[in-house]
Amino acid sequence: MRYSALSLLGNAFSENKNWKPAWRNPDPKPHYDVIIIGGGGHGLATAYYLSKVFGMRNVAVLEKGYLGSGNIGRNTTIIRSNYLLEGNNPFYEFSMKLWEGLEQDFNFNAMVSQRGVVNLFHSDAQRDAYTRRGNAMRLHGVDAELLGRDQLREKLPFLDYENARFPIMGGLMQARGGTVRHDAVAWGFARGADQNGVDIIQNCEVTGIDREGDQITGVQTTRGAITCNKLAMAVAGSSSHVAKMVDMRLPIESHALQAFVSEGLKPFIDTVVTFGAGHFYVSQSDKGGLVFGGDIEGYNSYAQRGNLACVEYVAEAGMAMIPALSRVRILRSWGGIMDMSMDGSPIMDRTHLSNLYFNGGWCYGGFKATPASGYCFAHLLATDTPHETATAFRMDRFARGYLLDEKGVGAQANLH
Amino acid sequence: MSSLVKCPHCGLRPREEFTIRGEVATPRPSAGADEAVWFDHVYLRDNPRGEHREYWHHSGGCRRWLVLSRNTLTHETSEVVDASTLKLGGGA
Repeated sequence: MRYSALSLLGNAFSENKNWKPAWRNPDPKPHYDVIIIGGGGHGLATAYYLSKVFGMRNVAVLEKGYLGSGNIGRNTTIIRSNYLLEGNNPFYEFSMKLWEGLEQDFNFNAMVSQRGVVNLFHSDAQRDAYTRRGNAMRLHGVDAELLGRDQLREKLPFLDYENARFPIMGGLMQARGGTVRHDAVAWGFARGADQNGVDIIQNCEVTGIDREGDQITGVQTTRGAITCNKLAMAVAGSSSHVAKMVDMRLPIESHALQAFVSEGLKPFIDTVVTFGAGHFYVSQSDKGGLVFGGDIEGYNSYAQRGNLACVEYVAEAGMAMIPALSRVRILRSWGGIMDMSMDGSPIMDRTHLSNLYFNGGWCYGGFKATPASGYCFAHLLATDTPHETATAFRMDRFARGYLLDEKGVGAQANLH
Repeated sequence: MSSLVKCPHCGLRPREEFTIRGEVATPRPSAGADEAVWFDHVYLRDNPRGEHREYWHHSGGCRRWLVLSRNTLTHETSEVVDASTLKLGGGA
């Protein structure tokens, strides 16, 4: 069923008793052309574009839990394309363009809100770096505006401009950046893929991968064995764990990243703001709660929760940026598991096995990439060639010395 | 893992006193080792779900390098020893 004003009205007058589930809940078939492991944002987006753009209908998405139980439901919902490097910017801009047309495309309200993203700077060096980044963005046709301190004061009066250690000198703004309702992204892609005939199979954990020589033949799951022609991994957070099933070691460490929501407040932040000095980022949800986060925990973890030391650190960074936060209560915090790759950039490529495809290593920036990641991974799966915007995400770039080092933090995931 | 870590020299100390360096990797290869050996050493990680041995530096305490055996699923630490007690063997 397509959602429309008319369908809303019709269902309202029939007392909302006739709404249908947004997607089916099928049992696994014995064979699929493509199996996608991982029913998170990227896996569902891959299935959606694979069925819609590339016409592959005999596709299954296997999810070990329920839809939205992984990183797609555990992030701070920010979208942006303010990237510096040639290998990154066109990809994230492609993603931004997909976000801009997403709701019309999959007929689902994902609450895409282009409220703007401001990255604050606190020193001459940081201003120069952001100036360069802004110029690089404009050269790629992406909007960017450098705001001075006075312009910012008018826009964001509640920031601590006189902070003793990190006085705010200005910020780089991308007006087209913003936020999207993260759960609805999963639901929208799931519904769209389902309508195209994709089987979305929940509570189905992959426990083993069957192979003959360098060919994958199928997977063992908690709901039985399933065979396939092509196998796609989109399990960021558990990439190393699943890769181990085919004796593959990855340049990836798993780290927990926490996010927080405060009690509901009257509207006062109408953009996303990031504190360049302390790695703190905040926006206000449409419900009024502040949504914010900080750094990864810094040690390997597969537990979807964090530790108190990081909670304290994030609260301190938030206070340094907005002193008025001191009286605000934090309602909830939760942790997701990040694939921290060794250069801070994702990996999307074929593997050493002829019909196994890998998509992971998104570090803490996977949410904004969701539509483009799905589109480009579907392109790779359907055509065996990388999409033109995703050619830099190769698996062998570390061995060949072509690191995609956006932030200049080197090869240590724990230094991010 | 609780918010306390048991340093073998200082006893239970808050986690904030420590700097974490990650997986106890294979021994550093010799300078002339094969490219593949260096690639493995620098970039690849076991990243196990379960028991994991890793370097922690007690930077805010005795400043000794420690090796923790920690479960990455439950955060439980089973053993903490001084890194100097570890026998890593020579370079490849």
